[in-house]
Amino acid sequence: MADLSKKDALVQYAAQIGDNGLIIGHRMSEWCFRAPSIEMEMALMNCALDLIGQARELYSYAAVAEGAGKTEDNFAYLRDEQDFRNALLTEIPNGDWGDTIVRLFFMSAYNKLFYTALGNSKDSELAAVGAKSLKEVTYHLRFSSEWLIRLGDGTKESHARVQNSIDNQWTYTGELFTMTEAETLLLEDGISVDVASLKADWDQIVAQVLTQATLTVPAEGWTQIGSKANGVHTEHFGYILTDMQYMQRRYPGCEW
Amino acid sequence: MVKLMASLDKNFDPARVWSLLEEVKDPEIPVLSIVDLGIAREVNKSEDGQLEIVISPTYSGCPAMYMLEDQIKDTLSRHGFMDPIVTTQLSPAWTTDWMTESGRIKLEAYGIAPPEKTTRNKTVLFGGQKKISCPRCKSDNSEQISEFGSTACKALYRCLDCLEPFDYFKCI
Repeated sequence: MADLSKKDALVQYAAQIGDNGLIIGHRMSEWCFRAPSIEMEMALMNCALDLIGQARELYSYAAVAEGAGKTEDNFAYLRDEQDFRNALLTEIPNGDWGDTIVRLFFMSAYNKLFYTALGNSKDSELAAVGAKSLKEVTYHLRFSSEWLIRLGDGTKESHARVQNSIDNQWTYTGELFTMTEAETLLLEDGISVDVASLKADWDQIVAQVLTQATLTVPAEGWTQIGSKANGVHTEHFGYILTDMQYMQRRYPGCEW
Repeated sequence: MVKLMASLDKNFDPARVWSLLEEVKDPEIPVLSIVDLGIAREVNKSEDGQLEIVISPTYSGCPAMYMLEDQIKDTLSRHGFMDPIVTTQLSPAWTTDWMTESGRIKLEAYGIAPPEKTTRNKTVLFGGQKKISCPRCKSDNSEQISEFGSTACKALYRCLDCLEPFDYFKCI
């Protein structure tokens, strides 16, 4: 296999960060008209809009960096399953309200650390996206933390269910801190974020909020990996693309 | 065939462009222009003599940005500035500090509490909630109903004195 060029690494990297935002944003948008109350629905839709907005900026940049005349839409609507490199955590099904909050909390804690670091990237475009996105994900972290505390320190039922959500999703969190070939290559030039180094701070945020929520942090153990490095997804992912890409696949070039 | 001249003449007056940009209103908050909001950042003459407007998006996914871009082009074209370029700039990231003083006054008169500038309430440092003044009765005795409102830039509050719910323009 030929060595990955720096240019290809940058395209992959920008697209991969975008994939995280698009996929979790899409998952949250599935709550539209289904959330328990209108305030909760507005909150999820607002967060989803931020995350999909961030993905659009990153895909647009990936398209420019690639220089092949593509647009953000090519990245979202015309790539196949194996081309998406989102973290597995972002694609797992919504489950109940607690599952959705836990997933958003885990991702937002990661995003806050990630975008803080990306704000210092030597790549000025990525640094700009990082600084802008940081403001948004900080808000998501506060929102999801408050809900986690309310559920954990709530009733016996909500406590047990949200602890179960945490235990179920824990195995997907480790992948966030693994480095891809592109990330390692771009780290030499100060472009990418050393995500492995974010784990200790992430653990600290998680421990702090979970303690306040009277919840237990699961023990470190075996971690699910596959999507971020190789595009090997859970069985749920194909259904996301079927839903999201249907119009462009059925009516190529269709516009609103 | 004679092509419409898109380039600017020597008498190009940026102040005239800025006053036209005042006519472009936020579709969600029609009392505020893109100048009030601090979305319009620069009016430039590009190297080849074309008019360039630099804008900064409020939130990454704000759906109003595309509408605003079209409105800027439309407004300027109607006043003789043909084919202006609208450039989106992410850095430095937009902040509510860029909202003008007159924008803040208009926002409050419209019923939306303007973003907080500074606060003397030290509990905010320790996670306490900010006290937001009710845009109707000016009481500080308010509470947050929802951290998210009808658009990305707003949160929902309620006045505990006059009991009216109101929007608060989030401080970012």
